[in-house]
Amino acid sequence: MRRTRRALAVAVTAALAAVAATGCGGGSTDAGSNDEPDKLTYWASNQGTSIENDEEVLKPVLDAFTEETGIEVDLEVIPWDSLLDRILTATASGEGPDVLNIGNTWSASLQATGALLQFDEETFARIGGADRFVPSALAATGAEGQDPAAVPLYSLAYALYYNKQMFADAGIETPPTTWEELVEDGQRLTGGDTYGLAVEGASIPENTHHAFVFGQQHGADFFDAEGNATFDTPEAAEAIKQYIDFLAADGIVAPGNAEYAQNQSLADFAGGKAAMLLWQAAGTALEHQGMDPDAYGIAPVPFQADPPEGGRQVNSMVAGINLAVFQNTDNLDGALDFVTYLTSDEVQVELNGAYGSIPPVLAAQDAPEFATEERAVLRQTLADSAAPLPQVPAEDQFETLVGTAMADLFADAASGNEVTLDSVRQRLHEAQQQVTG
Amino acid sequence: MADTARATGRARRSPTAPPPSFVWTRRVVLTLLSLFAAAPIYVMLSSSLKPLRDVTGEFHWLPSGLTIRPYIDIWHTIPLAHYFVNSLIVAGCATLLSVAVAIFAAYAVSRYRFRGRRVFTVTVLSTQMFPGILFLLPLFLLFVNIGNTTGVALYGSRGGLILTYLTFSLPFSIWMLVGYFDSIPRGLDEAALIDGCGPAGALFRVVVPAAVPGIVAVAVYAFMTAWGEVLFASVMTNKTTRTLAVGLQGYATQTEVYWNQLMAASLVVSVPVVAGFLLLQRFLVAGLTAGSVK
Amino acid sequence: MTTTATGNVPPPAGAGEAGGTGGTGKSGPGARRSARRRPRLPGRLGRGALPYLFLLPALVLELLIHLTPMVVGVVMSFRELTRLYIHNWGEAPWSGLDNYRVAVDFDGPLGESLLHSFLVTCLFTVVSVGLSWLLGTAAAVLMQDRFRGRGLLRALFLTPYALPVYAAVITWAFVLQRDNGMLNHIVHDQLGLTDQPPFWLIGDNAFFSLVVISVWRNWPFAFLILTAALQNIPREVYEAAQIDGAGVWQQIRRITLPSVRPVNQVLVLVLFLWTFNDFNVPYLLFGKAAPDSADLISVHIYDSSFGTWNFGYGSAMSVLLLLFLLLVTAVYLVFTSRGRRAEDG
Repeated sequence: MRRTRRALAVAVTAALAAVAATGCGGGSTDAGSNDEPDKLTYWASNQGTSIENDEEVLKPVLDAFTEETGIEVDLEVIPWDSLLDRILTATASGEGPDVLNIGNTWSASLQATGALLQFDEETFARIGGADRFVPSALAATGAEGQDPAAVPLYSLAYALYYNKQMFADAGIETPPTTWEELVEDGQRLTGGDTYGLAVEGASIPENTHHAFVFGQQHGADFFDAEGNATFDTPEAAEAIKQYIDFLAADGIVAPGNAEYAQNQSLADFAGGKAAMLLWQAAGTALEHQGMDPDAYGIAPVPFQADPPEGGRQVNSMVAGINLAVFQNTDNLDGALDFVTYLTSDEVQVELNGAYGSIPPVLAAQDAPEFATEERAVLRQTLADSAAPLPQVPAEDQFETLVGTAMADLFADAASGNEVTLDSVRQRLHEAQQQVTG
Repeated sequence: MADTARATGRARRSPTAPPPSFVWTRRVVLTLLSLFAAAPIYVMLSSSLKPLRDVTGEFHWLPSGLTIRPYIDIWHTIPLAHYFVNSLIVAGCATLLSVAVAIFAAYAVSRYRFRGRRVFTVTVLSTQMFPGILFLLPLFLLFVNIGNTTGVALYGSRGGLILTYLTFSLPFSIWMLVGYFDSIPRGLDEAALIDGCGPAGALFRVVVPAAVPGIVAVAVYAFMTAWGEVLFASVMTNKTTRTLAVGLQGYATQTEVYWNQLMAASLVVSVPVVAGFLLLQRFLVAGLTAGSVK
Repeated sequence: MTTTATGNVPPPAGAGEAGGTGGTGKSGPGARRSARRRPRLPGRLGRGALPYLFLLPALVLELLIHLTPMVVGVVMSFRELTRLYIHNWGEAPWSGLDNYRVAVDFDGPLGESLLHSFLVTCLFTVVSVGLSWLLGTAAAVLMQDRFRGRGLLRALFLTPYALPVYAAVITWAFVLQRDNGMLNHIVHDQLGLTDQPPFWLIGDNAFFSLVVISVWRNWPFAFLILTAALQNIPREVYEAAQIDGAGVWQQIRRITLPSVRPVNQVLVLVLFLWTFNDFNVPYLLFGKAAPDSADLISVHIYDSSFGTWNFGYGSAMSVLLLLFLLLVTAVYLVFTSRGRRAEDG
């Protein structure tokens, strides 16, 4: 008797599940339509000093769009912590925004899901043409040889920020242009409670961004031509060791930085605890921390004094935010209008001006807002010596796995364990082993 | 299952004074435990009264200057009040509904013998074991799907979160109330039935009033569960329905972590649950004594 | 599992064994016994749809929120549900037991890291549950007698349990910072126990941090449950022991501890399940990059699912975890119940 009852219960559950399972699969392949021409949902990433700051910046811009087109824009600014999870659930369920911001390093990974609208020639023509954008920014919008899954919205690059007073006190006249100089200067700047450089040792994105630049300079790509991971090459180990050594061997980074993941390095730099910082467009954040813009100088990120064979003249990733459209949007025309609007010259000047970033739209770069010292360095870097992170679907695994391996290496180094080429390579090998899919 | 005799009086070990060895052990152990329990609470309290420069620098036991500024700022840095209201609505509704549903279910299990009774209790209890991560995405998909087919928007709404949380606390609540109802003599409700009350009348006029401590205990548990949940809230809410569990992340911004405000806000959002819990702990102990603890 | 009736109230049913004789529903031993003593329940009540009606809301909710999603999760575990198919996962190819094979291939890198995570979780659970239980028992026993300040102390002890988990973990994260935290202020600056201020949030120490936070949050629950249980011990038992000349320590050993054993059975199980499945503490403390030493299984699975978007594999790991928990629970209950029955007999 009990057996039959149990069987019945199982059967009922299974039936319900089957209904749910089959039902869930459908619906998400819908192509875009124009069923709801008056509304758009827009997910923005957190670009300003806080979520509220973003809302303040974006509201007038969106209001102007509504006035122009009659389309209401429902804005949600999503913290970086949860943005990828939210995009993921939206992708899986088909229940998401019409237009959204993505980190440009995610482009190829998200492109592979097929959930984002592809910007083919026709679509590009609809929003004003691909040639309006800076080529390096456009290179970070999806895998090579495929139609981009997004268009560039804000561009950023790394620069070296240095404390003028501390440099003067140490008798250093010009900022370092090579890593060797940086270490030397850093050692002169280190003493007591102050250190030469601040790093974000436990931050996965920061770690991977630096891994990429050092990798480029050492000739390590982390992916082969087919898009397969090659994390544990000797070049990669050399590259990552050089970065970890700032803390492990050179002693120019405070050991405590190994647990930084909440932008404490920015605070240390602003507070005069560290003399140098490698950051993307730190200007607004430093101002927010109460640091006088005259107190610090900006220089390009250093290169190798003696570039190893195969090394490239790259000193920054093409950092930035892309604008994507969910292909199942109910307001395709409105979404493209919105993309056109956000990438128009005036809006580009306004938003990039507010966020301290560089417009990826060529025509907007000439505005006086972008003539400052900081912006000049960033623009020059983006134009001459920045490269996009590998645009392959498994890029997200590079971030997760190599970034975590580097956090572990920093932890090792900070706890007094020696970091050798072998130990770096071992960590990278373990990371390589974890790659799936 | 068990056989502990029912309490016949407040258990007290001995009317005479305990020996010094016991008193000293008690003093030492309880002092250490107090320090362990209180240290983080002290940090929370004292840091919430410090200026920002105190909490971003080296730790000191005493603030360089006391300020209530963080308590004013927390309401402006993020829409704390909004999140607070969301959490109150979600946790409040989840609690009320969870208690109601659990009362009916526990009554059925305690007072009736029916086919599938054991299957029901075992299944419900084993859901306590489900790793939340296993059904987070499926549940989300299910909500979206229900929304698409019936137009009932569960995804992103408070309703969806209420349903989720009320179910989270259901197994424990039913289990505890069954134990509690079992301890209420059946003669009472049978008499009510004979007096002409329906089964629902017997439940509400006799069993529920007699089970108030157990019900309060269950309510406190359900409220705490809903108030503290993080994982589902982070995926299932949007800016209008965001609860405190997710919203508090807002004090760690792109540029800095407002530790003093974070501590002040943590304290403010903890007050309702902690106060409620401490005020009602008497009922909790009573509920546990009569109910699940056997 | 644990819902059977006890004590001197009539058992509502022989733990579900009743009712096997068909739809009358009033044939259980409990019904027979009460029939002897008092007028029997009107026949129609025990029969028919009424209990099901009472159960309906709970049943529907459990089906909707727990069971259906879980079955969907199990279905997912048999599919190759990666990034490529997440958008349209009805199309994801069936992969049979592939995901499970990868998970239990302990020589492969993924299986190896799962095993590592599993072992870390086991160790963490044992230490955390053990300490929570120990502290809870000690406090409950020591506070059984009235003394001045007992109420206040009890409130203080219970507060960590009542705090919302995120408030608690945020505070601990603040306390455990290397450079500016309270713990290193005590350990390094004030007591001078270490040459260098140690890290608590990265490296091997992260494991201890996790244990400490977990114990801090959970021991009050043990304390609460045991306090309740101690109130059930009749005073006469102690009085009798006293007349026999037993001192306080002997009373604790001979009366107090043995009489809370049945409670411990449930308490330890509940603590075990909570601790083993705990997601909030590690996730809030370490975010998405838990150090190796503190790579608890729930966060490990979360990283696989939401980090690398391999939901098929993530679900397979979750199912394995669930099977493990079911097994442990079943074995534990059989084992402890048999032990007790033997004693009681």
